[in-house]
Order: sequence, then structure tokens, then C-alpha cells
Amino acid sequence: SLNDVVFPSTEEERHLRANDRELNLSYKYSDNAIKTSKYNIFTFLPLNLFEQFQRLANAYFLFLLCLQSIPEVSSLPWYTTVVPLVLVLSMTMAKDGSDDMNRHRCDKQVNNRQVEVLVEGELQSEKWMDVQVGDIVKLENNQFVTADLLLLSSSEPLNLVYIETAELDGETNLKVKQALTVTGKLEDSVEKLANFNGEVRCEPPNNRLDKFTGTLTLKGETYSLDNERILLRGCTLRNTQWCFGLVIFGGPDTKLMQNCGRTTFKRTSIDRLMNVLVLSIFGFLMIMCLILAIGNGIWEYQEGSKFAAFLPKGVNAPFSAFLTFWSYVIILNTVVPISLYVSVEIIRLGNSFYINWDRKMYYPKNDTPAEARTTTLNEELGQIKYIFSDKTGTLTQNVMTFNKCSINGKAYGELLDFSGQRVEINEVREKVDFSWNNLADPKFCFHDNSLVEVVREGNPEVQAFFRLLSLCHTVMPEEKKEGELYYQAQSPDEGALVTAARNFGFVFRSRTPESITVVEMGELVTYELLAVLDFNNVRKRMSVIVRSPEGKLTLYCKGADTIIFERLNPSCSNLTEVTTLHLNEFAGEGLRTLALAYKDIDPEYMEDWKLRHHVANTAMDEREEKLDALYEEIEKGLLLLGSTAVEDKLQDGVPQTIEQLSKADIKIWVLTGDKQETAENIGYSCNMLREEMNEVFIVSANTSEEVRKELQTARRKMTPDGTEEPTVKKSRSGLFCLQKTETVADEPVNGEYAMVINGHSLAFALEKDMEIELLRTACMCQTVICCRVTPLQKAQVVELVKKYKQAVTLAIGDGANDVSMIKAAHIGVGISGQEGMQAVLSSDYSFAQFRYLQRLLLVHGRWSYLRMCKFLRYFFYKNFTFTFVHFWYGFFCGFSAQTVFDEWFITLFNLVYTALPVLSLSLFDQDVNDWWSFQYPQLYTPGQLNQYFSKRAFVYTVLHSGYSSLVLFFIPWAAMYDTVRDDGKEIVDYQSFALLAQTCLLIAVSIQLGLDTHYWTAMNQFFLWGSLSVYFAVIFTMYSNGMFLTLTSSFPFIGTARNSLNQPNVWLTMLLTSVLCVLPVVAYRFLRILLWPTINDKVRGRGSTHLSLDKVLPPTPRRVQARRTSTRRSGYAFSHAQGYGDLVTSGKFLRRTPKSRTTPSLNSAFIARHRIKNENTVI
Amino acid sequence: MMKEELETTNRPDNTAFTQQRLPAWQPMLSAGIVIPGFVLIGLAFIGIGVALFITSQNITVLEKDYTGVETTSDCYKCSNPSDKNCTCKLEFSLSTLFEGPVFFYYGLSNYFQSQRSYGASKDEYQLSGDLDYFKTPISACSPYQYDANQNPIVPCGSLANSMFNDTFKLYQIVNGTKKLVPFDGKGIAWWTDYNIKYRNPSVTPLKNAFNGTVKPSFWSKPAYELDTSDPSNNGFVNQDFLVWMRRAALPDFRKLYRRITEGDYARGLPAGNYSLEIAYNYPVLSFGGRKKVVFSNVSWMGGKNQFLGIAYLVVGSLCVVMSMVMLIVYAKFKFPEDD
Repeated sequence: SLNDVVFPSTEEERHLRANDRELNLSYKYSDNAIKTSKYNIFTFLPLNLFEQFQRLANAYFLFLLCLQSIPEVSSLPWYTTVVPLVLVLSMTMAKDGSDDMNRHRCDKQVNNRQVEVLVEGELQSEKWMDVQVGDIVKLENNQFVTADLLLLSSSEPLNLVYIETAELDGETNLKVKQALTVTGKLEDSVEKLANFNGEVRCEPPNNRLDKFTGTLTLKGETYSLDNERILLRGCTLRNTQWCFGLVIFGGPDTKLMQNCGRTTFKRTSIDRLMNVLVLSIFGFLMIMCLILAIGNGIWEYQEGSKFAAFLPKGVNAPFSAFLTFWSYVIILNTVVPISLYVSVEIIRLGNSFYINWDRKMYYPKNDTPAEARTTTLNEELGQIKYIFSDKTGTLTQNVMTFNKCSINGKAYGELLDFSGQRVEINEVREKVDFSWNNLADPKFCFHDNSLVEVVREGNPEVQAFFRLLSLCHTVMPEEKKEGELYYQAQSPDEGALVTAARNFGFVFRSRTPESITVVEMGELVTYELLAVLDFNNVRKRMSVIVRSPEGKLTLYCKGADTIIFERLNPSCSNLTEVTTLHLNEFAGEGLRTLALAYKDIDPEYMEDWKLRHHVANTAMDEREEKLDALYEEIEKGLLLLGSTAVEDKLQDGVPQTIEQLSKADIKIWVLTGDKQETAENIGYSCNMLREEMNEVFIVSANTSEEVRKELQTARRKMTPDGTEEPTVKKSRSGLFCLQKTETVADEPVNGEYAMVINGHSLAFALEKDMEIELLRTACMCQTVICCRVTPLQKAQVVELVKKYKQAVTLAIGDGANDVSMIKAAHIGVGISGQEGMQAVLSSDYSFAQFRYLQRLLLVHGRWSYLRMCKFLRYFFYKNFTFTFVHFWYGFFCGFSAQTVFDEWFITLFNLVYTALPVLSLSLFDQDVNDWWSFQYPQLYTPGQLNQYFSKRAFVYTVLHSGYSSLVLFFIPWAAMYDTVRDDGKEIVDYQSFALLAQTCLLIAVSIQLGLDTHYWTAMNQFFLWGSLSVYFAVIFTMYSNGMFLTLTSSFPFIGTARNSLNQPNVWLTMLLTSVLCVLPVVAYRFLRILLWPTINDKVRGRGSTHLSLDKVLPPTPRRVQARRTSTRRSGYAFSHAQGYGDLVTSGKFLRRTPKSRTTPSLNSAFIARHRIKNENTVI
Repeated sequence: MMKEELETTNRPDNTAFTQQRLPAWQPMLSAGIVIPGFVLIGLAFIGIGVALFITSQNITVLEKDYTGVETTSDCYKCSNPSDKNCTCKLEFSLSTLFEGPVFFYYGLSNYFQSQRSYGASKDEYQLSGDLDYFKTPISACSPYQYDANQNPIVPCGSLANSMFNDTFKLYQIVNGTKKLVPFDGKGIAWWTDYNIKYRNPSVTPLKNAFNGTVKPSFWSKPAYELDTSDPSNNGFVNQDFLVWMRRAALPDFRKLYRRITEGDYARGLPAGNYSLEIAYNYPVLSFGGRKKVVFSNVSWMGGKNQFLGIAYLVVGSLCVVMSMVMLIVYAKFKFPEDD
């Protein structure tokens, strides 16, 4: 009925009824069409212009234009402002327009996707945009979810569906959703579905992805709805033949779209500096105008009033000064020309394209080039001081490989050459041949043949070792085809170990809750599984008790060396010693180690134990404790077999990259959700933690006070005579100096330290009263590793450093849990082509491999920063010089706002004569090439210290332009004073003087550009010489008879070029001004390089002496990792979670008969429910 | 095989441009270039400086102020602005030949032709002979756009209105008698001004074009009577007018009045006594201005200007000195970085 229809202004509750379009439409909920575009054809022009004039710069130029239309004030004709303004507006408009076209196209494509909708009792294919709230849609396997749906029924048992949420939260593992039983009964019967008239009341649209509340009312019964029942738009249906869903939120109301809020607009520090500078330039401009206006007042009073016979004035001196003030505002506005902003954007865009184009940042394995997703942050890449890196998927590949092992006191896995020296293992080394084993995993690779030999010889210890690996685990096997085994491991560590056993002839084949079937050296053996003594973080070990076909009872145990060694039979002490040596070696290489042990069990004892186990397992209280005690009891007197060493495979070149970056004085902090042991191991394997370090502080306290104490102790240890109070420099920054900033100074430390802090302690340390303590201690350390941190904490750490260090930060990560820190940091980098897209989507730059970071920063970042700074310095120089000349002329024209240059020159100076040369400078310049940038990462440091463009550099630039403008005005003035042409005629008339002054200026700034250019490509030459030629071509054209006769009032300079440029003294004046402008700079630079050479100068000098070095020199040899032994830490790490023991024994996931369906859904259920990405376990 | 199967559709192009490997010249400010460069520039500048200086020294300039500020000056009597049609005399003698061709300039000081509103106060269309603008001159000419009776002023504007109107006659005193030195007033304006920029309306007689207009208020005669003897020097193409209309860039300036190129004076002004008769009309004292006359000859580098030569000498010497300094510094710090 329509009686209860309400029209909520702001929706408080959503109400809809299935298959009742009439009712649902009455609520005017949004349909499923989305619109991300901003304009349509009619609104484009007004809206876009409106937006553009909201920008301060554009509004300012509009204001200037208004000033220019007042005849009393107008010192320049309108076109001097209109031409650049129109150019800028239309360029921006073109860009906005094409962006919006793309959005339109995207929208159209998405809106026109087809989906089957139940309309009037029939399934019809409709466009997405025509789907309404309350419709029932049918989804098929691998289809995108159309809108936010209430799951009604599915093809799978128990009404389950599997979905992939990669687009939503970046996680690739499948998730399970389950329909209500009552709707599940509808199945795929169109008739039943068409008669379904359930009513849904639920929350209004919102952006919470993990929460949904609502009710479904059906036939008088009310069922509660939660997130388990909802399929969100943006997900993909997987492993499910079909499902039906009821549309709850459509189009813009969907949680996906509600989450597409405007991303925060990042600005670079140069941007912020520029804002401050532009503001102070305006102040400066006002002062200049004021001086000139006062000058005008005085002049009018002293001279002008008397000169009135020739130049009557309608106004008195103060009013004239007032008008003059505005006239000078117009003339001197070139200190901040509109083209500055356009050029900056163009330069950034160009440098972004270089990143996209770089073949050295292209990853061929998954065909992923680097991408600059934000084109406005380039120069900041050259100023990074802190990098916050995720671990899994960023530093590591999330791939574990079985690298080495120690069995019965003998280490395997090393490659030695003839002299017994260790050989580096890489792709070209010959792999062990596993062809004798037809169940071997072809991807497994191992290099030490001796291990295969001993196992094939039948060495009992080695065989026991691998038997243990094939039995003691919680892996699920999957055999799609006979002999094609696929393991579903809960942790990649286990997968690696079981795969190793498989290749060495102990193939784990299948399991039931009660048994494990293994092919041992070609022979099928089924063990009875009596108990799984599950893993947890306190026990740090897991065991299985199995009965072999012969009836022998054995307990197999693997776990942390420290734990296992405590429980060994005393007879193993010799073996323990040797194994410990090996373990230390493995740990020193950053490998993750586990110790393996076994024990034969007396059957009678076992009977007794099993009974007690059963009692404990069914106990109502203190079950955990009782079980632990039982486990403790049986896992005793073990016999050591050996140890495994698994490599958490780093991505290629990670240690080298980290080394390079730290040479560039960039601090790298690892923020990971992983366990402390795992994180530490990675710290060691990528050289961030080193055995030689004075100390590695571990902060893992449980109370606020303890954390504080640990931090303080660490700090005092590092600086025994440091001050207790932090040195905090307070300053103000930002526009109008409104922001207060506090900077904690860096403190010097003797020696190398590192800190590992866990998430729990971090939570305390990030409290307001302790954050400075944390920051001080952390910043003194070479390396900081934060483990078990939540996504929010990652962002908090970044914010902390941003807040108190005023340094540029970069966050790099690959997963959804990195999004917050990627957004928080100045620059966010996403690793593309691996897990979901979420990190990439919110990042500013993306590429496929961590190692590309060094190229992004040391090459692209450095160049971008250098180019931008050069550009800004030069641009300000050029425009200040240009403007100051007007200032000086004020003293010779009665402060009347007479321009010293031709108006056309003023219009075209920034736009034509100097635009392209400076652009080519800032697109092509390199101080040293990429090869040298890698050789000397120290070249990166000037950017961190803001050395190339700062307030100080700006002041120097202003002084330099002051000097140049003095030369450029007073030399022509003096040289032309009272002189005449060589035929006695006029040469010091206004027009000739203007031509001389502007030509001198243009030549001088062009030569200055040449001096600033370090890298002269053909383009630079072409643009520089081209622009000068264009200038001369333009003046001869504009000052020609024809132009004058066609547009008399616009081109009054007729004949000036011809009459003036044939005079030798004019050219001699130009020569003199150029030399006077340029030679002091040359001399200064030359002496500076000699007396205070910077690293750049040295490298450049070196580069020039061996110009073709990069061709001659062989590539830098890859650093062979030094063999190290760890003396004080265990290499134990195992990314496993509790609960899998129960799982594999409960049989819950094994009840399905294989014939019912192909197994993937079975296994994906297993994974979806329980596989947790290595990290992210703590939220 | 595997490698070839890899999709590489996204692989960026391998061009020197996209990979930023464009061949380039990378000059360095090395001692081998900078120091010899400074020496060479220095020497060249000194050479040019010497040439300029000597050239400038050889130019003769005779400059006489006739504003009449000093009571001793003959023109003192004319300095009272109410005194109309006053003439005064300026006498001088030359001991040697003033080599020709001699150019005769008038000079004004503290006179702001460079003022923006003054410079803008003219009508380019009117001056190029467009009759429409004779009836309605552009507003920039205001207050010299229309007279009190709303008649258009032609030529309009401050610039034209304030045209310099002192006239000069130069006599050589030969044995007590005055011998007129012939002046050439035709070739004193720019060719482009005379032939293209300024045009009289194509109306004959010229006077008719000016019907309904009035002359600038300061002018004693209308534009079409500026030189009645020569139609090609009359109206807007009168060369004195053109010279005046080419406004000066600086508040002190001189403008070419006549050339002395004819008759006995083609080689220059011979030694002797001269008397310059001045029709003193143009008031400058009210705003602290000065008037002067200048006789000068020219060289390849134009009029006399010591500055350029001296500047070249100074800059050249500085370059040489600088190169010495740099050489010393270089010798001392040549190998500072072996690290």
C-alpha cells in the first residue's frame, strides 16, 4: 500500500520491499546509475570558469584586468593580461574537459554493463543503470556485484557464496557470505523469487564496509540482517555458479561509492614555500608600488604642478599618487606572472611522464610499468627523509623457500667451490635434479646435491627428518589430477617445508581427520593420526603423534630452537651444540629457523595419555591450561633431528636498495603487522639490523610506565651525556604564519643502534605525553622496526614524524592495511601487480618492485627536485629583473607608471620569448646522469636540506636580479645619455630606449639560462636560439610598416628596430650589459667550485673527466652477502596461527565427497575462513 | 620460450627521449675555459674601450645654456614669461675649425617627455592623416582634445601642444659683419616617421583638411602653416614637428634642430666668432627646466659619450684582474678533493 509512504529529506532508515517497484520508487532512492563526472555540455563552461577563478592566482589576474579597464589607472593595455589569462584558462579547461570526458566514458561503460534482473516474473538482461532498489538480480560466477545486495540464495550448499573483495579492501583471499536459510529456500526458482515480497528495513547509506544492520520481514516474521548477508558493489563472485540478490543500495548510495570521497589533496613543500614566497612577493610588490606612489606624489607636488603648462593634470598630488599606486600594481605584477603556475604544472607533468616511461622501472614479469598517479608531487621525491615501509609484499615476496637445513649435525644447502669457498646462489647455478621423484614440485629449487644423495642412500636420520616434515603440519592437500598435488598451507613457512619434504621423497598425499597418507620414497604409507598438539605463540611448537603401519607410535615435534632444546633428551647434547652453530649461522643470514625433534612413545603410556587428553579436551573449565600441561608432559625427552632454515624471500635487490637509500641519508622504518621474530629476521636479511650494531633495543612492555622506561633507558644508553629535555624548535609556518610548528632536533649518537617496538607498546608510546619520547629514541636509531602494528598505528607513526620532524615522508606498501599510511605520508607509493589494488589506488606513485624505489628517488626524484628548483630560481630571477627595470625607470619618468618596455614585449616576454627555453631547462636538465646518481647516493642530500630552493636562495635570487636590473637599466641609460645616431638623428627617444632595454634584458636572461643549463640537448639549443630568433623576427615584424598601417594604434613602434639596431653603440651596449650581468656569476661559480665544492661539483668534475665511463665500466658487482654468524639471537620465526590443529582433525571441511563438485570451493572455503594473510592478523 | 610468451604490451618505448638519455653537451666551468675566457674578454674589452674612448675624445661638442638664469646672460631679459617675442643673443668663438658635418641641437633638462600621460596624449590615427580623427580626436588627448568651444584640436594632445618653438639663427662674425650660416632642416627626422608614420590627409590644399578644427592652444600658427615654403615639410610631416613628437626617454634630452652641411660650412664651422640669435619663446623656468644649444659632430659610434669607452676599459681591466685572482685561487686549490 502507498499509505505509509514518507519522503524523508535526510534518510534515516531505508525501507524497501522486494519486487515492488511502485513502493520502492516512491522513496526516490537513487537508482544504480553512477556519475563521477563533474560537468555536462552546458554546465562545463560556467562551472569550470567558476572553479578556475576560485584559484587565487586566476582571481588576482581577473582583478588586474579590472584595474586595467579603468583608464586613469591603466598603465598597460588590456591584452597584456588577457592573452596569458585566456591561454591559461583554456589550457586548464582543455585538461579538465578531457579528464571529464574520460570519466563520462568510464561511467557510461559501467552503467551499461548487463545484468539479469527479475522483472515481472521473468529474468531479463538489463543495464546496470536501470537496476532499481528492491529489484532481484541474478549474478553468475566471476561477475561483478551490481549494487549492494542482500544475498537471497546461491548455488552452493548452505547458501554460501565466495567473493573476492580486492577492489574494495585489497585482500585477494576469498570471503564467504551466507544467505538466510529462509531466503535460501528460494533457490533459483524464478516463480518463487518473483513472489518473494520480503520487506527490508536497514541503515541509511554510509561508508562502513564492515558493518550492516537491518531486518528482513517476511510473512510476519522478522529476521535480523548483518554484514554476512550483504554483497557489496565492487566485489567479484567467485567459485559460485549463481546467486540471487536483492538490491538494497544502488549507484551513489553503495558503500563503494560512499567510500570514494575526495582524496585529500597533497601539496609539496615547494608548493607551500611558494605560497609563502608569493605572499611575501605581494608584500614586496606593494612596498615597491608604495615607494613609487609616494615618489609620484612628491614629483607631482614639486615638478608636475609646475610642469602643468605642458601637462595639465586634473587631479591633485595625493590622488595622483593613489592612482599611480594601482598603475604600478599592474605594471609590476610580472613578479608573479600567471605563467609561473602553468609552467610549474607542465614541468611536473613532464617529469611524471618520465616516470611512466622509464624502462628501468618496468617489471616485465607481470608487464607493469611504473606509474605516476599524482602528477603534482614530483619534486618532493627528491626531498624524502623518512621512508615507512610495509614488510610483506613490499620488502618480501611473501614467498618462503626451503634453503638450508642441518640434519644430525651436518649442514646442507651451501654451495662450495673447489677451494671450499662459499659460492653465491643465484638463478644461473645448477639446480638439483628431482626427476627421479614423479611427485616432485617442479617449481621447487635446491642447489646442494649431497642432500639428495643421502636421502636416496637411505640415511635414516635424513629420512626421519623429512618424514617429520611430511607429517607434522596442518597443510591441506589438493589433487586435481592424479599426481598433480597442490598444497593449501595456512602459512607459507609450512608450505615450504612440506614441499621440501615432498621433493626429497616424502610426499604428503592426503589426509583425513584420523590419518595422513604419505608416499615415502615411492612407497605409499598411511599413518594413523592420534593427536595434533597445536601451535600457539606461547608454546612456539607443534607436534603430531602418529602410529605407523607397523604400529610404532612416534611424536614428531617442530618449533623454536630455544623451546625444543629445553625439552631434549640429555643424550643429544653433542648434536645440540653442532646444531646450535648451524642455527646461528642461519640466523645470521636472516633465515627463519625451526628445530625438529621426535620421540618414540610407549603404547601403554599413550593409551593413558589419550584418555587424559580426552578428559581435558572436554573439560568445562581451564581447558587450555589442562591441555597445555598434558602437552608439556608428553613433549619431553625429545631426540633432536636437526633444523630447517626457510628464507622469507626478499624481493630482488632489497638489501642493495636499502643500503643505497641509507647512504642517501634516508631513514627507513619498517611498519609491519607481522610478528616480532619475523620482522626481526627480515631486518637482518635486508641488512637493516646488523650483528655489528651496538645494540638492538626491543621495546615490548605492557604498561605505559614500562614503555616509557624502556624508551628512556634506550635513549640514555645512546647518548649518555645528552639532555633529558628534547630540543624543540618552535616556529611558525604556512601562509600568514598561522601554523605553529614544533621541530624536534636530531640528536647525535655514537655508534649504531636499532629499535624494535611492538604494536602493544606503540599504542602507549603514541599517547600524547610519550610521543616525543618515542620520536627522540626512534630517531636516534639507525633502524626502526615496528611490528604487529595496526593500519591506524602505521598512519599515526607517519603523522608523528611529519609533525615533529618537518621532514618529507614516504610510505610504501602493497596491501589494504597500508592505505592509511600511504594517505598520511607526503608521498604514498603502492606496489602494483600483486595483491589487491587498494594500496595502488590510494597511492601517488606505483610500481612493481621495491627496488625501483631507489630509481624513483635517487634519479627521478633528484632530477625533478633539481629541475623544479632551477626553474623557480631562474623564473624568479628573470621576472624580478624584468620588473625591477621598471622600478628604476620610475625615477626617470616622473613615477608615472610608464613602462620601460614595449607593451607587446611585456605581453610576450613570459609567454613566448622565455617560455620554451626555461621549460626545456626544467624538463631535460641533469647535473649528473643516473649512473652517477647511483654511484653517489649522497647527491640526494641537498634535497632533504632544501638547499636548492629555500627562502635564503630566494633572497639571493632577488639580490641577483637587483644587481642585474641595475646593470640592465643604468648601463643603457649611461651609454645612451645625450648621444645620437651616427647620422646625428635621435636614438634616445623612448621607443629606441625601450627596444634597447628589452633586448639587453632578453639577451642577459637568455645567457643566464645558458649558465644554469648543465645538460645541453638539441632541444635546449633549439629552444634557446629559437626564442632569440623569434624575438628578433617578432620585433622586426611588429615594428614594420605593414603592421602599423593595418593596426595603427597597436603598433606605434614602427621603424624603431630598423633605426636603432643598425647602430654600433646599441650593440656595444648590449654586449656590455650581458657581460656585466653574466661574468660576475661565472666568476662566483668558478671560485665557489674551487673553494667550497659541493658533492655535486665533485661528481660532475669526475663525470667529465671520464665522460664515457658508463660504457666502459662493468656494472657494479653485486654485493655478496658476508657470511655472518649470529651469537645472540634465535632465528626462530614461524608465521602460524593457532587453531589449525583442531581444524584438520575435526573433519569439518572434509565431509564433502569429491564427486559432488570440483574441490576448489572446498578449499577456498578453507582458505577464505581461515587463511589469514601472513600479517594483518592484528586489527 | 617463456620469455617470449610474456606480454610486454605495457613496456615503455626505448627511445633516448623517454629514457632521458638524449645526447647532450655538458659544459663545465673548468679552469681551462674560465680563466682564458676572462683574459680574452678582458683584452677584447680593453681594445674596444680604447677605440671607443679615442673616438669619443675626437668628437667636438659645444654646449651653451641659454635659459637666462644668470643675470650676465643676454637671455636673462627674456626669462620673464610675460615677455613675448623676445630675442636674445648668444656669442661664442671657435679657435679652430669645428669639423663638419656639424649638427645643431637644442636641449632641455628636467623636462618629462617620458611621463606616461604626456606620452600617451596624442592620436596616432589623426597624425597618420585619418580625417575621422580630425573631427573626434581620441580621448587620450584630453584636455587637449577639444577647445572651450568643443572644436577638435588638431594635432591634439599634450605632446603636440607643447612643441618646442624657440628658433635660432647662427651668424658668423666676419670682419664685423654677420654672415648667416645656412641651416638644413630637412634631414633631421627618421625616415620612417617622415614617410610612413606621419601623413598629411590627402586633401589639397592642406588647409581644407583642417576646416572645423583649431590649432593647439600653445601654437602660434596652425599645423598647415608650419612651413608654408615647402609642402613636403608642412603639416604633420614638418620635420621639426616629427623630431618633437619622437618623445625622449629621459628627462634630459637633446633634439636635432638643424644640420650645417652647406656652402662654406660643409667642412665645418671655421674658427672665428659666432653669434646665435634666439627667438626666446619656450618657457621652462617655471618647472626648473633648462634650455641649451649644442653643436656637435658625430662619429661611427654616434654622438659624444665618454661612458661607453670608459666602461669597456674598466670592465676589461676587471676581467683581467679577475682572471689573475682566479688563476691564483686555482693554483692553490687545484687538487683539493682526492677523497
